[in-house]
Amino acid sequence: MRLLVNKIFLALSVLSALIGLTFLGWILITLFIKGLSSFHFSLFLNDLIEGGLRNLIIGQFILAGLASIIGIPLGMAAGIYLQEYGRGRYASLIRDLSDIMMSAPSIVIGAFVYAVVVIPTGGTSGFAGAISLAIMMLPVVINTTDNMLSLVPRELREAGISLGASKYRVIIDIIIKAAKVGIMTGILLAFARIIGETAPLLFTSETSNYFSLDLTESFPSLTVSIYDLANEPEESSRDLAWAASFILTALVLVINLAGRFITRNKH
Amino acid sequence: MPVMNIKKFSFTYPGVDHPSLRDINLPIEKNKITALIGPSGCGKSTLLRAMNRIHDLYPGNKYDGKIELLNEQTNQYSNILNIKKENEFIQLRQQVGMIFQKPTPFPMSIFDNVAYGLKIAGIKNKTELKDRVEIALKGSALWKEVHDRLNVSAMGLSGGQQQRLCIARAVAVKPEVLLFDEPTSALDPISTGAIEELLVELKKDVSIAIVTHNMQQASRISDYTAFMYLGDLVEYDKTENIFLNPAEKRTEDYITGRFG
Repeated sequence: MRLLVNKIFLALSVLSALIGLTFLGWILITLFIKGLSSFHFSLFLNDLIEGGLRNLIIGQFILAGLASIIGIPLGMAAGIYLQEYGRGRYASLIRDLSDIMMSAPSIVIGAFVYAVVVIPTGGTSGFAGAISLAIMMLPVVINTTDNMLSLVPRELREAGISLGASKYRVIIDIIIKAAKVGIMTGILLAFARIIGETAPLLFTSETSNYFSLDLTESFPSLTVSIYDLANEPEESSRDLAWAASFILTALVLVINLAGRFITRNKH
Repeated sequence: MPVMNIKKFSFTYPGVDHPSLRDINLPIEKNKITALIGPSGCGKSTLLRAMNRIHDLYPGNKYDGKIELLNEQTNQYSNILNIKKENEFIQLRQQVGMIFQKPTPFPMSIFDNVAYGLKIAGIKNKTELKDRVEIALKGSALWKEVHDRLNVSAMGLSGGQQQRLCIARAVAVKPEVLLFDEPTSALDPISTGAIEELLVELKKDVSIAIVTHNMQQASRISDYTAFMYLGDLVEYDKTENIFLNPAEKRTEDYITGRFG
């Protein structure tokens, strides 16, 4: 009897796993078939206005890159504060807030940036988009830094202090180095997350059909353009959206794999 | 003239009513090894960690009494419990180094590990750094094993080698006192033997206080032994007296293995 229950349970879990994997596979296969059929290398050479995706891919990377430049130092500094200096209620309040922010719906963050950046500055801009993505990124970086630093053994801090180093030197020279791999992985995953975001950009950076490096204007974004293109009536636009989705998924996949690869090499 | 003099010292951890150490009086003799022994929870590590005020990394501790440290230039004692400023703490820890139970190599090369304290102390000259690292590694009996791979990460060394590296790192800054907190309890017997020999060798240059659970170790290497129990210092004497002819019943019971 127990053997039977065991078998039923096993069968059920295998079945659930299969159902989950089926949908994942389905998405990937559809993406692969639809995306690949409209994929062409000229997509990387032409801008959207000429039927390509070059400006969008570059724009998306610039937005995510700028967001990282804002979000990573801020997030790491906050994480270091929480783990190394923060004590008592104030620190736990910040930690809780950061955890809540992690699950804040991305569209809400977009709406927030729309209200505090886009409206006062008089229009959508690359900066607004980057700020929006930076806010998305911040809690992930804070959380990873905080957690990874907490894994560094206490003795390592004490050993540094015992050699006459001041606390901040120990943190910079030793503790961050010891937690480097974990923090880098977290940052990479945070980057992979924001590079595929649409909602925070929808009404902050919007998108542009043209190549642009001017961050004070509406800025080309791959994800927002996928949203726009998919809503177009023409078949060719929708095909382009498929190709763009395919490229985006491949990018996110590569970044995620890189993150895993780094962690695996560590252990 | 002892290099350190602990007088009527009491210590209370934050959030605890009763002190973990009561009224401790203990000298740390110059160029000798002083062993602190006693059952778990007796306060020997707590006492050791007060001697370079590493407790102060965590706020809220309460110190009473005095821990005097001899300044070798002026031959005068100063009470380290009065230290408040960051630069005084840094100076204290350069005078009183510490080695931990688990080896604590920094995630950097062997050379940079040993040079770390020297760089912190302000030595920038490359040849001087090189020389002092070499001297420290030779002094810690590690030079032969690592001289051809100084730029390799220290994390790849064996546990015993890592511990000797930590000793080299602490010795490099030329401290007056070195505190060892059960330095061999995570090591195999051969590495333990090497570290014990090293300690006996080191006392030519530095005064040593060592916490150990291993009574054979205390009797093998130390010159003086302090037996602690439940926060009190029960007995302090020359090691042979403690082990052969203890004055206190509790000391005798512990040493003969009747409790602990």
